[in-house]
Amino acid sequence: MANWIPLWLHKLSSPPVFYRFAGTLRPWAIALALVLGLVALYGGLVLAPPDYQQGDDYRIIFIHVPCAWMSLFIYALMGIAAFIALVWRIKLAEVVAMASAPIGAAFTFITLVTGSLWGERMWGTWWTWDARLTSELVLLFLYLGVIALYHSFEDRRQGARTAAFLALIGIVNVPIVHFSVNWWNTLHQGSTIRLLGPSTIAPSMIWPLLTMMIATKCYYVASLFGRARADLLALESGKDWVRQIAEGEVRR
Amino acid sequence: MTDTRRPGLGHACVAVLRRDLTLAWRQRGDVMLPVLYALIVTSLFPFALGPEDALLRRIAGGVVLVTVLLAMLLALDAMFRGDIEDGSLEQLMLAPQPLSLMLGMKILAHWVATAVPLIVIAPLLASMLHLPASVIPVLVLALLLATPLLSLLGGILVALTAGTRRSGMLLALMLLPLCVPVVIFAAGALAAAQEGLPWIAPIAWLGAALVLAVVLAPLACAAALRIALDS
Amino acid sequence: MSGSLQSFFAMGGYAAYVWPAYGVFFVVLLIDWLAPQWRQRRVLRELRGRLARQEARKERPHRNSAAST
Repeated sequence: MANWIPLWLHKLSSPPVFYRFAGTLRPWAIALALVLGLVALYGGLVLAPPDYQQGDDYRIIFIHVPCAWMSLFIYALMGIAAFIALVWRIKLAEVVAMASAPIGAAFTFITLVTGSLWGERMWGTWWTWDARLTSELVLLFLYLGVIALYHSFEDRRQGARTAAFLALIGIVNVPIVHFSVNWWNTLHQGSTIRLLGPSTIAPSMIWPLLTMMIATKCYYVASLFGRARADLLALESGKDWVRQIAEGEVRR
Repeated sequence: MTDTRRPGLGHACVAVLRRDLTLAWRQRGDVMLPVLYALIVTSLFPFALGPEDALLRRIAGGVVLVTVLLAMLLALDAMFRGDIEDGSLEQLMLAPQPLSLMLGMKILAHWVATAVPLIVIAPLLASMLHLPASVIPVLVLALLLATPLLSLLGGILVALTAGTRRSGMLLALMLLPLCVPVVIFAAGALAAAQEGLPWIAPIAWLGAALVLAVVLAPLACAAALRIALDS
Repeated sequence: MSGSLQSFFAMGGYAAYVWPAYGVFFVVLLIDWLAPQWRQRRVLRELRGRLARQEARKERPHRNSAAST
């Protein structure tokens, strides 16, 4: 089939091309994220009726659930980028993997905080050792471990490759942790908690949720591009194209 | 085909093992430190929680497990430190023998030097906290399976931090998420044994994990070391 | 109108849970958005400083060579 796809990818993986590509795409991504986010918030906070069991409190799910999805999605993406970085030694993949880690950590943090605010009301306690909450906490530790390992190296590229390896180990670890905490919960007969409540959600609740999910994805793209651009500038600071950008901004 | 001047694989393994164990034996004081640490931490619990028998009996298994884990974490940092400083690790990387096997031997030596003394005093620690005598064999069995797992997982992480200077807290941050399942299954076996329930299932899970780790962890450790020291 | 706005902010009595959650969401994402922008500005500023120093050195080569000999 298309021979141009690998060729295009190959071109895109060159830092100056990606820098420009990300620079043009980033405003669109953040604009889309803002518009979709506002629509989703309007739908979720104003249009959707109060839940007949939980009242207005359930409105936290319109950010809680998309953030939880994002925390896993970003980890998977970071793992893929880490794998590419280790196998093919592509500089851009290293940058993408390391730029994803703080964003993923931010989403994981939001998930934990919103989850405990919701739990405080729903279960009467802000923390319970449920499999999902515990896995999310372990996920946060994994993100922090990757970030800390990356920053403990003086050589950025070496740090990125080492942290990428840790990210791959983490990918194996997350399902194991989830399984073992589940097993542990059955052992201790902990309360079984369904995070989404009744599985049949009204359509007036589901569309803001899905819109918010797309909005967070767009936000991730925009934030990732911003971080990757800054990282590329720092990494390639001796190169000509970076010098041109620096001089170009002086003239402006 | 085989080069007669090159020592065989088994020979190399024994040499690495003997060298590391000799080094550990020469520094017997360092080997005793984790044991002392575990002893002191365990004796702090009754002071903090009060000497009630029932309470201590309930928490004994978990306390001993976590204490052993922390003591191992303390010693983990030193697994490859001396070898990196005197350059023998780079010699090992250049050697014709597979690096993963040699690192496996080093991890084994480290386990013998740090975890075995801890396992030996674990029954003492457990009975200090009034763990029923019938549970102690299960405790020793769980530790026999859990500590090599921790050593193997720790070995990968130590290899990853080989190129950095400060690594103590970093190692803790990276290891704790990985050892959650190990702690859960080991403690699960103890809790089941204490309640008189069958405890073989969690032990079997630990055993399966250990078999997997014995095969995969040295390979991962070698790959990690090559990434971390490649410059 | 003001009554409906008020009831909107009251969130059926759960304002203390709903609004902090949304607040955390926006504050964390805002920080995540601003951090790389500050970083990029800093990197470019340092780079410009380095370039300016290099230019300055190039313009006065005699002093450099005098110092080096």
